[in-house]
Amino acid sequence: MSDVYVLGIDMLKFGRFPERTVPQLGAEAALLALDDAGLTVQQVEALYCANLGQANGMVAQRLLREIGQTGIPAVNVANACAAGATAFREAWISIKAGLYDVVLAVGVEQMGRGLLGGAAPQGISTEGLLGSSTMPAVFAEAGMEHSRKYGTTFEQFAKVSVKNHKHSTLNPKAMYRYETPLPEVMSAEMIAYPNTKLMCSVNVDGAAAAVLVSERKARELGMKRAVRVKASVLTSDPWQERDLVMADINTCTRIAAQQAYEMAGIGPDELDLVELHDCFATAEILHYENLGLCRDGEGGRLIDSGETTLGGRIPVNVSGGLLSKGHPLGATGIANIYEISTHLRGEAGERQIEGARYGLTHVLGLGSACAIHILERVSA
Amino acid sequence: MSEARENTGPLPVVPFIKTSADGDAYLEGSVCKRCDTTHLGLRLACSKCGARDALQVGPLAKRGTLHTFTIVHRSFPGVAVPYVSAVVDLDGGGSIKGNLINVQPDPEHIAFGMPVEVVFGDALGRKDAKGNSYLSYFFQPASQGSSR
Repeated sequence: MSDVYVLGIDMLKFGRFPERTVPQLGAEAALLALDDAGLTVQQVEALYCANLGQANGMVAQRLLREIGQTGIPAVNVANACAAGATAFREAWISIKAGLYDVVLAVGVEQMGRGLLGGAAPQGISTEGLLGSSTMPAVFAEAGMEHSRKYGTTFEQFAKVSVKNHKHSTLNPKAMYRYETPLPEVMSAEMIAYPNTKLMCSVNVDGAAAAVLVSERKARELGMKRAVRVKASVLTSDPWQERDLVMADINTCTRIAAQQAYEMAGIGPDELDLVELHDCFATAEILHYENLGLCRDGEGGRLIDSGETTLGGRIPVNVSGGLLSKGHPLGATGIANIYEISTHLRGEAGERQIEGARYGLTHVLGLGSACAIHILERVSA
Repeated sequence: MSEARENTGPLPVVPFIKTSADGDAYLEGSVCKRCDTTHLGLRLACSKCGARDALQVGPLAKRGTLHTFTIVHRSFPGVAVPYVSAVVDLDGGGSIKGNLINVQPDPEHIAFGMPVEVVFGDALGRKDAKGNSYLSYFFQPASQGSSR
């Protein structure tokens, strides 16, 4: 089977764009990615478009009205916060299957502000009656489970936010670009202990897009800036003891990581950088272990050591992460791939990880869906 | 299993709250006869092993231990905060999430693994569009000497 390459990829600077529509935002990212690849919409053979807010709104087709209706198959993808990575993976699969040589994957989201949580059930609202189903609370409970097992502290979780906000000062495409010292993070408004407001990802609007091509096409168009997709994995959550009352964000990530390392033929030690799903500061520490960046129980020590900071052994969320770059749900998966690709191309400017060869992206959609991609630099 | 009686009282806030013939509320679960997994409520097949026609329905324990929790300080409009959102492992199997009441909403006053009991009561005065009131469950620190 053909290897698959990212030939063009880009994202909008995340922000708030209430005056534009979802298809418009997606279309802007799509054109940026096509320009990056040096291709036009006429050469695109299929489109996979991720969006949650208008999941039944035919965003992919409406996007094509903005950039050229060529009659290609257009598929709308929803998979919680893994939607963007799922669209990317569907594009990858279609090329792997030999159906197409040039496929466009887009992720786009327009979000309001405030808490994300479960849909209101029939009858009466159960929020604050049967515990909490808000995302900050759900991920706080997962973090507290880690505290229970390993003694992880509020301060250690808070350090994740300090690190990712610091990273974002170097990323011109991040929503926020200011530092948040530890005392500021810890004394910010408590949302759901131990997650303070600065330990919750930012609801923003955004879009990201990637042009994926077959090996044949990459050779034809030029490999110089191409990025090889070494592994693409998607999992759902297998049965776990408490998974009906406590979404299991760990197991599906562990399984996906194991499969991805196997597919790529490398181990976590060979990674040069990671963009993982820091939807809440608590989650990042869990995923250090889930992705094998450290041993179980050492996630707290890893953040203390500075090894995941830019310049450390295995920098994590150099983009600023969801905590500071922002988290437009459907766009996040492709934006993460953009960040890794930019480093592998040596084009990440001030935050560049020198000589980066392998990078990993991870997203987790609660419910649950986990997508992991491992990308490899092509040029010497 | 008795059928739900004529609707004279509050409605269950979730389908797995049941009321026995003598009026006592309990949590209903199902246990897989093949793999011995306990589920909260009912389902078509076992979530763990996929076995069909192997789920035995019955009441779950009224005591358990605190697995994990968070203290919610910001919620949706109209929801009183702070409160403790807790995941409880029931004695004998099954896990359930709900409000832990009658404790101070402070991590210093809540211990992982602490014994809790399941109690039932009105759903904080919440009513649906038709004016129906609801019966809910809550957790509270287990009182000394209370039985399962």
